[in-house]
Amino acid sequence: MSMFSIFEISGSAMTAQAQRMNVTASNMANADSVAGPNGEAYRAKQVIFEARSQNGSGVGGVMVREVIEDPSPMRREFRPDHPLADDQGYVTMPNVEPVSEMVNMIAASRSYQANVEVLNTSKQLMMKTLTLGEN
Amino acid sequence: MIDRLAAALQFDQEALNLRHQRQQILANNIANADTPNFKARDFDFSKELSRAMDSGRPAGGGLALSTTAAGHIAGGGGSAPVGDLLYRVPDQPSLDGNTVNMDVERTRFADNSVRYQAALTMLNGRIQGLKSAMQPE
Repeated sequence: MSMFSIFEISGSAMTAQAQRMNVTASNMANADSVAGPNGEAYRAKQVIFEARSQNGSGVGGVMVREVIEDPSPMRREFRPDHPLADDQGYVTMPNVEPVSEMVNMIAASRSYQANVEVLNTSKQLMMKTLTLGEN
Repeated sequence: MIDRLAAALQFDQEALNLRHQRQQILANNIANADTPNFKARDFDFSKELSRAMDSGRPAGGGLALSTTAAGHIAGGGGSAPVGDLLYRVPDQPSLDGNTVNMDVERTRFADNSVRYQAALTMLNGRIQGLKSAMQPE
């Protein structure tokens, strides 16, 4: 472990949380996208976090292992006049849950803030350490 | 002479080193606050400090120098991780198996930061004392 790996740890968490916020933003923006590039309705995305291990010590920050598509069922709305309605009159809508997305976003931003705080404190301590033995 | 100087500073050095390690471990706990199945880690500071003073730092970890000839010395670089990295006992278990309690981690982190500064101040004071002892009148 080098002296500066604490920056890497907090930095990795900030990257991961920022990606989580990006995914949430994408979900919120596409909450009503009935057709995507593949012709199907948008599926909500979720990030999966994984703890990174540095030379076996169990201390090494966090990373986003993968971005998965939410497996929950798609929302179906009865709108017979919609151009994309099926023969029963239902339109398949994205499975984005706006309330849980908002909660996700707030949680991600709070975690991000906590890591910024850690980074700032550590930086101050490092700066003090660098002036050790002066004057 | 130099070894006596090193011995005079050893206690503060080990204390500072362990404070730094703990800072990293707590930062890692905060970083992984949302990781499923992550278990929060910590160590017993006083136990680790007395062990570091009695028997030196635990071997392994850090970067080692590669030895390509018979005369090379296997120097160990960097500080090894602490010997006994424990798991925190969760007081509110969560469904995803994560045991990080953000409030606990943040208070410990703040506490550790202050103690790091205290160790730094103490080390500084010792250096100043040695320096003034070396000054001619």
